[in-house]
Amino acid sequence: MQILGKKAFRFVLVVLAVSALTFLMINLLPGDVAYVVGGEEATLADIEAIRNNLGLDQNILVRYLSWLKNAASGDLGESYLTREPVLGTIIVRLPVTLELLIISQCMALMLALPLGIVGAYRSDSMVDRFVNGIGFATLSIPSFVMALLTIYLFSIKLRWLPATGYVPLSVNIGANLKSFILPGLSIAMIEWVVLMRVLRSDMITTLGQNYILMAKAKGLPPWRVLLQHALRPSSFTLITVLGMQIGRHLGEAVIVETIFALPGIGRLLIDSIYARDYQMVQGCVLLITIGYVIINSVVDLLYTVLDPRIRTEGGHAG
Amino acid sequence: MQAKNSGNRLGFIFWISIAWIVLVVFSAITASWWTIPEPDKMDWDNLSSLPGTITDKAIFQNRSDEKASSYTYLLGTDTMGRDLVSRIVYGSRISLSVGLLAPMIGLLVGGFLGCLAGFYRGPLESTIVAVMDIILAFPGLVLLLAVTFYLGANLQNLIFSLGLLTIPVFCRVARAKSLALSGLEFVQAARLTGAGSMTILFREIVPNVVVPVAIYGLLVVAFMIMAEGALSFLGLGIPSPTPSWGGMIAEGKEVLDESPHISMIPAAIMFMTVVSFNLIGDCLRSYFERGKRQL
Repeated sequence: MQILGKKAFRFVLVVLAVSALTFLMINLLPGDVAYVVGGEEATLADIEAIRNNLGLDQNILVRYLSWLKNAASGDLGESYLTREPVLGTIIVRLPVTLELLIISQCMALMLALPLGIVGAYRSDSMVDRFVNGIGFATLSIPSFVMALLTIYLFSIKLRWLPATGYVPLSVNIGANLKSFILPGLSIAMIEWVVLMRVLRSDMITTLGQNYILMAKAKGLPPWRVLLQHALRPSSFTLITVLGMQIGRHLGEAVIVETIFALPGIGRLLIDSIYARDYQMVQGCVLLITIGYVIINSVVDLLYTVLDPRIRTEGGHAG
Repeated sequence: MQAKNSGNRLGFIFWISIAWIVLVVFSAITASWWTIPEPDKMDWDNLSSLPGTITDKAIFQNRSDEKASSYTYLLGTDTMGRDLVSRIVYGSRISLSVGLLAPMIGLLVGGFLGCLAGFYRGPLESTIVAVMDIILAFPGLVLLLAVTFYLGANLQNLIFSLGLLTIPVFCRVARAKSLALSGLEFVQAARLTGAGSMTILFREIVPNVVVPVAIYGLLVVAFMIMAEGALSFLGLGIPSPTPSWGGMIAEGKEVLDESPHISMIPAAIMFMTVVSFNLIGDCLRSYFERGKRQL
């Protein structure tokens, strides 16, 4: 329980650091922040309003605290370009990113499970070495290149699916899922390697246990030994890694959403950067980072709760 | 893990990777001496032309040598008629300087902090680990986007912010290594001879941590090249017209169906460079591990 307290303390500390840094970013801009935020077409009245809004005449600590108070109550200000509330815009975009992350992880699992199992069952065989070699090469392909390769293969050469054309979930579920296939695939094609390696090495350990020998001695066919006896005890680390990867892929989502024109939060961040919409960028960075910290902390806690061995060692960061 | 080689020797794959990296570094350094057009020289008669296209137009304005009368676009041209060879060679300067310098910051700062943490332990260690955890808590790419957005994307900022991101990674490796070393006999021996803790740290611990951390650094170099590529691809790296591999891949994205070579060639070059760094790191790691086991 002491470790839970320690982790909770660290969580609060990290969230505070994240918020301070995001706040500082917009306040450390060179020149008068109000002019930068307002953009070139801002009138004097606009500048005055912005200055009021940001409270620029006050001490920076006072400003940070009041910004923090507003942010905590869900008020992240409004975009100076579209006049829409920042938080509202982000919340509308969030489901797209979540759907992308979930679909890509499922696809990665579909690749990683069979390959990891086969790799463990016949470790150091031709198949295993081949899969490992492909995996090693795959990790050297950046996600934006993988996305282009996916588009080139599936939508230009094979003409199976269009590269862009997002359909909202509320309009048509089938078409919506179809628009996620290529984006999901381009994350999954890189993602499977990490999952496969984790599963393979855990499974090799499991297959050396006595009860597996027992199951084999009973005369069970290999697929039953692998799937019914070995898979479950071997998939523990896999689940943890899967959770951590979801956090990591918030960054990947930025790139993939941009390439496939998916209206998710990553795309929103990039569009706001292009449009120099400072308030929106600040909001996106804050929410993505806090989401990332929350996911990692939850996974970390689950790990601590589930695996008694970790509890004594303390932090398992990252 | 990969690259199985017989005995305690660095295999064929290792030397191929070294050769490729040497080639890339060499061309980045000597780029301006090559007989290639300037990277932003546009040839309107040869837009998106395929590899091997020959032009007899004088594309070298201020050169009088005979070779300049015709020129073969070995890798073709992009949508604005710019020579891909030239852009790749000049672009390698960006990829290499970011890829090599950013991890250098991480190696020096993170490596040193890691050694301090692992050697001195106590409150110093917990403070360093806590600070590193905070840096690690940021999703890397988003932090990077924010920093380059607010501070402006130039080579300096890019190297600095990418370098900052690598500090915790190096710190963790260096800490683990120096923790393990601190308990060994030769450190005990140094203590018994009356050496001060600073002396032990710099004469005994640091030299033994440098090699494994530097080998690990090769994998970070590979990762940094990909990260720089991603930023340039999004148009948030070094601004054009300075060529960069990620930017070139992005420019070819629009014409992927008609002229895939514009994206695919720089992508392949980047892939070979990244995979080479990964292979070299991997080979060296297993080489040193095997060496240790034989002792």
